[in-house]
Amino acid sequence: MTAPVRDEVGRITRGELRDLFDDYAACLDAEALREFPAFFTEDAKYQVISRENHDDGLEHASIFCLGRAMIEDRVTATVEAALYQPRSLRHFVSGVRITGEENGEVRAEANFLIIESLVEREPRILMVGRYLDRVVREDGSLKFRERTCVFDNYRIRTTLVIPV
Amino acid sequence: MSDTTLRNATDRVWPEDGVTRVPAWIYSDPEIYAKELKVFHYGKTWNFVGLDCEVPEPNSFKRSWVGERPVIITRDAEGEIHVVENRCAHRGSLLCWKNRGQAKDITCPYHHWTYNLSGDLMGLPFLRGVQGKGGMPRDFDKSKNGLTKLRVAVRGGSIWATYSDEVAPLEEYLGPEILMRLDRLVSRRPLRLLGYSRQIVESNWKLYWENSRDPYHATLMHPFLSTFGILRTDGDYHSVPLQEGRHEYTYSQYDPELKNKTSEASKQIKSIHSDLEVKDKEVVSSVVDEFKDGMMGAFQVFPTILVQQYFNCLVVRHVIPKGVGAHELSWTYFGYADDDETINRLRLKQSNLVGPAGFVSLEDSEVLSLMQPVVESCPDSVQVLEMGGHGTEAQSTMMTETLIRAFYDFYRREMGL
Ligand SMILES: [Fe+2]
Repeated sequence: MTAPVRDEVGRITRGELRDLFDDYAACLDAEALREFPAFFTEDAKYQVISRENHDDGLEHASIFCLGRAMIEDRVTATVEAALYQPRSLRHFVSGVRITGEENGEVRAEANFLIIESLVEREPRILMVGRYLDRVVREDGSLKFRERTCVFDNYRIRTTLVIPV
Repeated sequence: MSDTTLRNATDRVWPEDGVTRVPAWIYSDPEIYAKELKVFHYGKTWNFVGLDCEVPEPNSFKRSWVGERPVIITRDAEGEIHVVENRCAHRGSLLCWKNRGQAKDITCPYHHWTYNLSGDLMGLPFLRGVQGKGGMPRDFDKSKNGLTKLRVAVRGGSIWATYSDEVAPLEEYLGPEILMRLDRLVSRRPLRLLGYSRQIVESNWKLYWENSRDPYHATLMHPFLSTFGILRTDGDYHSVPLQEGRHEYTYSQYDPELKNKTSEASKQIKSIHSDLEVKDKEVVSSVVDEFKDGMMGAFQVFPTILVQQYFNCLVVRHVIPKGVGAHELSWTYFGYADDDETINRLRLKQSNLVGPAGFVSLEDSEVLSLMQPVVESCPDSVQVLEMGGHGTEAQSTMMTETLIRAFYDFYRREMGL
């Protein structure tokens, strides 16, 4: 018999993770980018990397942030400087699973699907892929110590403006 | 094929004002597009196909493109590099499905015809049929049924291919100014592949080609550049067309004090927020001055690549046409085999500046993808190119469209327009 799937590792439950992922998705759907960095720990790594690079062991990621300061910089650059056409994004997250645990952090995975709606266009898939996460509890709330977004798209459609 | 045939391929007429006007039909006419591929990508040009670090070992391969045609870069057992069409000589099916990898030979998935890494047909199943029936005719000549092989040139770590027997040797095609800039990046130390970013942009490839010859827009549309003092209209800047418009380079000397200077020019740019600061300074500065020349620059090699260096982020932008109304931008990020952890980290961090999510590049594809339907809707409209006058000479300013005029000067001659 294989080991039973555990709904809870340490004190972090699968239900809590789902709440975290839903809140994170809602933040991005609302383009509330100023609130985005608060989902991460100070030393967090956040990256959006193609499956092509990830599977081939290549380090380059289309978005690559080492530390929350870089995540904050990306938000500042996007909000204050970047020029992009108005869009609505909807993030759909499914299949949230805990895949491991070490030193008080859990490893988790989930699928994501992002639908983009632009002016004069039918909604279409912007990106699909999976999250590979390390999550910790910090001051009572869950934070990402690492969120690696591995996208299945061979190519990014036009641009990637809003984080994944 | 004679030049006359090419000229008759379309009856389009360029506006009378010459290179200060560009007709919008060049971005949407399928005949023009087909002719461009024939004259340029499949004609007398050298096409960038990849870097040697993408096929690092003997018996390795990597897929690439020349124009719209899929090709395979191979490194054979002896270490020699070949470029062959990714198209089975038998029925034209796609041979190599995997993007990159190791192989001793190439076998077509359809009927298992097998080729060696230089493209020669080695064998095919049931050559003599089964039980005396079927099979290929006795006079079938394997040596005449190999893959289409392209002429290959390697310069430092860069790999180039052409369909033409007539085009000048690569070094001559590039010329001394491009060679110096290319060698600086890819010929001094062995390369190390960091990875790819790819984006599909729904605009004609020339809109992107012009965009990177357009310093006028740089500080206006990319506020990030001026805000953090990476590039400013009042800095030292040179726009230099080469070989009568075929290639070009731009050049500026990085001035770390630029951000603190205000000037008339910087006040004219509405998009400057000089109160903005980045928290992680490693992303926007040359922490390691690896080339010891302070050079910030870009160059284009017609018709396939542009290279623009920001600090320690090294990347080749490969422009791959995908039909008249779309192009792929394939960004290959690289470093050097002997990079330490610090410089590797800087390259990865600074790659946030360019690419599909780049702080100083994402605006381009946003604008161009919205521009394409507009130019398609008004094919007889003309665009105005008079910044910096009417000429095609080198100019020491960003406020010029001389590089775009020079490009269309070249383009019209080659296309017979
Ligand atoms: Fe631009």
